[in-house]
Amino acid sequence: MLALIAYYQQRIKTSFIVQSQYRVALAIWMIGLVLEPVIYLVVWRTVAESSGGQVGGFTPGGFAAYYIVLMVVMHLTQIWHMWEMEYLIRDGTMSGRLLRPIHPIHQDVSENIAYKVLMLIVVVPATLFLVVVFQPEIQTSLWAVLLFLPAILLAAMLAFLVGWLVALAAFWTTRTLAINEFYFISMFFFAGQVAPLELLPDFIRRIADLLPFRWMLSFPVELFLGRLNPQAALEGFSAQVIWIGLAWLALRWVWTQGVRRYGAVGG
Amino acid sequence: MVRWGARTMRYLRLFGLFFRVGMLNELEYRANFFIQVFQTVLGLLVSLGGLSIIFSHADNLGGWKPDELLAVVGIYFLVGGLINLVIQPSMQKLMEDVRQGTLDFLLTKPEDAQVLVSVRQVQIWKLVDIVLGLVVLIVAGVRMGTVITPWTAVSFVLMLLAGAIIIYSFWLMLATFTFWFVKIDNILVIFQSMYEAGRWPVSIYPAWLRVILTFIVPVAFAVTIPAEAAVGRLTPAMLLGGLALAAAMLIFSRWFWRFGIKHYSGASA
Repeated sequence: MLALIAYYQQRIKTSFIVQSQYRVALAIWMIGLVLEPVIYLVVWRTVAESSGGQVGGFTPGGFAAYYIVLMVVMHLTQIWHMWEMEYLIRDGTMSGRLLRPIHPIHQDVSENIAYKVLMLIVVVPATLFLVVVFQPEIQTSLWAVLLFLPAILLAAMLAFLVGWLVALAAFWTTRTLAINEFYFISMFFFAGQVAPLELLPDFIRRIADLLPFRWMLSFPVELFLGRLNPQAALEGFSAQVIWIGLAWLALRWVWTQGVRRYGAVGG
Repeated sequence: MVRWGARTMRYLRLFGLFFRVGMLNELEYRANFFIQVFQTVLGLLVSLGGLSIIFSHADNLGGWKPDELLAVVGIYFLVGGLINLVIQPSMQKLMEDVRQGTLDFLLTKPEDAQVLVSVRQVQIWKLVDIVLGLVVLIVAGVRMGTVITPWTAVSFVLMLLAGAIIIYSFWLMLATFTFWFVKIDNILVIFQSMYEAGRWPVSIYPAWLRVILTFIVPVAFAVTIPAEAAVGRLTPAMLLGGLALAAAMLIFSRWFWRFGIKHYSGASA
């Protein structure tokens, strides 16, 4: 355990130094991160303005708050290893990682943490800019704000596990692009990106409750904005914990199967 | 005039040739066609899903009715397909060639270098986007039920052409920067995310973003203005403005390209 902590300390430090070399890339990633929430913020704000000042309990300022918080949570829960895994497997880099006496997931977790911390340098100013431009309104309670942090941590864990599980598809197929896009479109509809889930038709909301995506992204946002009562919050935390357990079990099993199947290039 | 016509014909034939080469290359990988169909359908699902959710709460978006926004979606796919069919892959190849010094081979060929770099990479499966965009556009037109006047038809085609020229000139200028700053492919990523904003009419965005989407990354000219023409809302002044801008950008990007290529020192120099 101590060895693992030492590993993480060193890895995070190294990733931090490596990633801070690519400053322009960080700025460009930020545009990608900011743009989508801003588009839907603007769309929904326009809808609210043209239908008498509010839609389903969201005022223009309410939408601004929703999408700005969503952007921050999107940043803190993002994972990109499904785009990389295919290359790692195809060019044989995975072989080297498998030889190390430590599970390859730890390297990815470290890189993920380092990236999220480093990117705060641009995410924080971007958030402040959006707050000034779009004038969000928030009515929430203290307990909801206090629970925001644990909800984000659980969401980030769940998103990482699910994202890594999706990435492992690369052991079986080289057409990971299609799988990744399917994953991201599910997030788009079921995790509150296209619209706050409250505004979706009932049957979609019911599906969203049964899938992991809502608990990976929109649940912390709804909580922070004070749109959940204590019971709904409790159910949300339970769903997060249950899904983390399920995803962890699935990951262990799929990983073993995948490594067994893995024949490196040139191997 | 005759010479000009003959030259245009030759360039079109050249494009046809590269198109055939692209097709022959890709026909070996037919599964990619289905991947492309899958991707396009998912992309369409994002657009249509978004539209249906919005219009379950409102009957217009910033003055645009549902069927008019459907036309925007169609044009978004149509123009996006056109960019990804030939403009973007060719410009990416140009950037790569400048970095590796292989542009030398192209410059020795007895044909206008700008034409060659602009059409030589064709990703034929992106035709799927173009076809689907057209289908959506036709569906939107039928649902709007308006009679297509000659003015609508002509102004739409002209604005689509102007939009394509503006986007092309924009990309050419971006790619020309590679002669000075060798590694700028990250800029392409910016363009791709910015183009996403074109799913919606730029008139809904706040002023600062609208300026960016009109003059810095010309998404407005690529999608929104042709859409305005298609729904019959374009004023003659806008038509003339669009055409003038397209001509100006084409001439300027040509000049800039020639200026840039003088700075190209080749691989071995």
